[in-house]
Amino acid sequence: MSAHASLLKPDLRIRRRPRPGVGKRWLVMATLIALVTVMPVVSLIVIAVSSGASESWAHLLSTVLPEATRVTILLMLGVALVTGIVGVVTAWLTASFDFPGRRLFSWALVLPLAVPTYIAAYCVTEFLHFTGPVQTAIRQGFGYASGRDYWFPDVRSLPGAVIILSSVLYPYVFLTVRLVFLMQGRKAADVARTLGSGPGMAFVRVLLPMARPAIAVGVALALMETINDIGAVEFLGVRTLTFSVYSTWLNRGDLAGATQLALAMLVVIVGLVLLERAARRDQRYTLSRDDRASVGRHPLKAGYGLLAGLACALPIAFGFGIPAYILGDYAFRRLDQFTDAALWSALGNTGLVAGAAGLLTVLAAFMTSYGVRLTRSPTLLALVRLGTLGYAIPGTVLAIGILIPLAAFDNALDAVLRNNFGISTGLLLSGSGAAIVYACFVRFMAMGYGAMESGFAKLSPHLDHASRTLGHGPGRTLRTVLLPLMSPALLTGFMLVFVDSVKELSATILLRPFDFETLATFVYASASRSAFEDAAVAALLIVATGILPVLVLTRTILKQAR
Amino acid sequence: MSFKTTASAFTLSIAAVSAAMTPGIASAADVNIYTSRQPELIQPVLDAFTEETGLSTATIFIDKGLEQRVSAEGANSPADVIMTVDIGRLDAAKQEGVTQAVTGETINETIPAEFQDADNQWFGLTARGRVVYASKDRVDVDALTYKELASPEWKGRICTRSGQHQYNIALIAAYIEHYGEDAAREWVTGLRDNLARRPEGGDRDQAKAIFAGECDIAIGNTYYVGQMMTNEKEPEQKEWAEAIKVIMPTFDNGKTHANISGIALAKNAPNKENAIKLMNFLSSEEAQKIYADANYEYPLEPGIETSDLVQGFGEFNKDDISLSAIASHRDAASRIVDEVAYDSGPQS
Repeated sequence: MSAHASLLKPDLRIRRRPRPGVGKRWLVMATLIALVTVMPVVSLIVIAVSSGASESWAHLLSTVLPEATRVTILLMLGVALVTGIVGVVTAWLTASFDFPGRRLFSWALVLPLAVPTYIAAYCVTEFLHFTGPVQTAIRQGFGYASGRDYWFPDVRSLPGAVIILSSVLYPYVFLTVRLVFLMQGRKAADVARTLGSGPGMAFVRVLLPMARPAIAVGVALALMETINDIGAVEFLGVRTLTFSVYSTWLNRGDLAGATQLALAMLVVIVGLVLLERAARRDQRYTLSRDDRASVGRHPLKAGYGLLAGLACALPIAFGFGIPAYILGDYAFRRLDQFTDAALWSALGNTGLVAGAAGLLTVLAAFMTSYGVRLTRSPTLLALVRLGTLGYAIPGTVLAIGILIPLAAFDNALDAVLRNNFGISTGLLLSGSGAAIVYACFVRFMAMGYGAMESGFAKLSPHLDHASRTLGHGPGRTLRTVLLPLMSPALLTGFMLVFVDSVKELSATILLRPFDFETLATFVYASASRSAFEDAAVAALLIVATGILPVLVLTRTILKQAR
Repeated sequence: MSFKTTASAFTLSIAAVSAAMTPGIASAADVNIYTSRQPELIQPVLDAFTEETGLSTATIFIDKGLEQRVSAEGANSPADVIMTVDIGRLDAAKQEGVTQAVTGETINETIPAEFQDADNQWFGLTARGRVVYASKDRVDVDALTYKELASPEWKGRICTRSGQHQYNIALIAAYIEHYGEDAAREWVTGLRDNLARRPEGGDRDQAKAIFAGECDIAIGNTYYVGQMMTNEKEPEQKEWAEAIKVIMPTFDNGKTHANISGIALAKNAPNKENAIKLMNFLSSEEAQKIYADANYEYPLEPGIETSDLVQGFGEFNKDDISLSAIASHRDAASRIVDEVAYDSGPQS
């Protein structure tokens, strides 16, 4: 592709490790972690194959499956397109140009990440509904009496779902792509511009191809969250395949059939990911060194600056502004809830779970991805990638896959100890908060590993080679050379897992111990009896808890990359 | 960072997490309750139980997958009782094999037979009607049958939530029990073609849609009306409730479909004796009243007065076909909803 990229070839990989056996410990550790991550998916496969092809298939094929498949594909295409465009354009604008509000936008664009999809769906619907502020203003302004007097787009529709989901999922693309633009993009763009390209041309010819792996990672995360979502699509009346997974399980009592459907969806996702990877197999972009001597951002003229500002403000308004407005409005009438001790203990639990999950997941992802980088074992790579797929499985179904092996382990351990030592450990893991942390670990490994993988990918293998030539082992190479360069990726990974764990609901609600509430379960208790407004305070706290790390860490990342 | 440092950091953080989380294991209460009922709805009656018996309670609010959790926990499960709503969930617990029979207790006597499992595996505690919300302004009739909801006069005027929602599945299953599967398919098809819009949202959203003029009648549970009428924080909802009247639709036997909230004794209940005490207490007059009033529901023990607000819905003549029979038709009901593509909205 560009001159910049081809300079980095040929790729001088080390085929033999200088000290045989050194990488072995990493391989063992990485394999162990990968096995732990992949266990729930495996236990779902066991459930799925235990009963042979489910009768549900014939029923589904002859009824809702074609339509649900069509809806799901359109929803995914829509979300991929919108998150891709919004994420890349906003990342490009904030990374390459100077315009009024750029500094504000460069972190505010991440804010919608703190809003769970089901809360966004509720708030946007509420905002645009007949009784909401927008239509009320229209009626008052034009003197209409009833909803039948004028046309207004129906939010509860497929296009509505695409926009609502995208408005809170685009930050995945924004974050991953911006990192690329900041770390290497400007230099490459500068080179292109010296060679006579305008900013637009540099974007299309250099930046976009360079960002492609990052775009793929971000869009894949957005799509996996789209496919595991049930709260938002159910509320919006959009019947995806996920909806059929639940009706097969809960209304027709066919868990095996539901699992088979969920896994079939997973296979499709894997196919898409593999296709995308295959399509860019021969492209490698790495950074030889951090570039701090960039010529800086291209200032925009007033009119264009305004347009750029608008392009950045719109997604924030939709994904964050509307939910914050609606929740704030409800919460304002429920200020007394802030004195509820249960709410604050839920906040504490949320922070504890999310912090622990973030830490564990990032450490584990770091170790596995370094293990992969070091050993280049295709088996390990495949295992690790399989483990990241949990994110694409509908949450409660995955939670069943977590619950069964955990409880089986607990019961086996209890039996062994009871028989030999007379000690009963009961439900050691499945009955404690550790199960929730494990669930978040499994669900969000995709985030952690994605961040590590793209982080490592940006570091040229030459770095390892040089360090190793100087006689450093893999550990020392990691510490002195790679780790400092990896800190933005580590922070990004932690932040993504933390924020998603704060929002996590479906596994938490199934796996929690007695009298254990998180903010998300707090919200659910009200929302599940259609009293969402009573959940506004807790929902607002979810958003606030998610924002805090987003702010701290985006600033750190920006500083690192600047 | 060497391998050892990384590995020990990892191990340490696992240890720290486990230590921080272990207090959760302490499943120690005199009765442990796994429930899919919202905590605030059951807490008042549990407090009354503790006051009367001195026995403490601990709850886990779980929704989807409750039965699978109890099942996976097996012999070590701390669950004493399972409290849930919807006949389907109670039946699912029985099918999953996580319940056990209770016989010869007060609860067997006080709860009418049609609201108990035929094998004594579960017991209803409160009832709710699946009724019609009708626009006060645009609907003149004050009586309807379920059958009539499919008649052409309501074309383009009905709103409901998803046909796959458990409350609608139970209603369709009851329809099957009354009139057979073919008649039910025809009925659901007719209902579908009378829809004003694609099914969406919850029951309250349907009342809101009537208020907004999107439709004239809707199908919903009785207690939502009570919740909206008394919503002091969102007075707007009082306006929605004000816009509608409750019509108790009937089957040919002149009765209205009733669903239940109920309770089952867990198969491996570690505190079985206390659990049965709780079950008996919940069927007592005092508890029935507290529990039903907490959510504008109907007590199942005959002869207990409902609140004034609930009486305002009109007389609730609970259908007396067996709930076990309704549960057995849920699979067929769910298939019909898919077959006629109910959730895709009107087709003609």
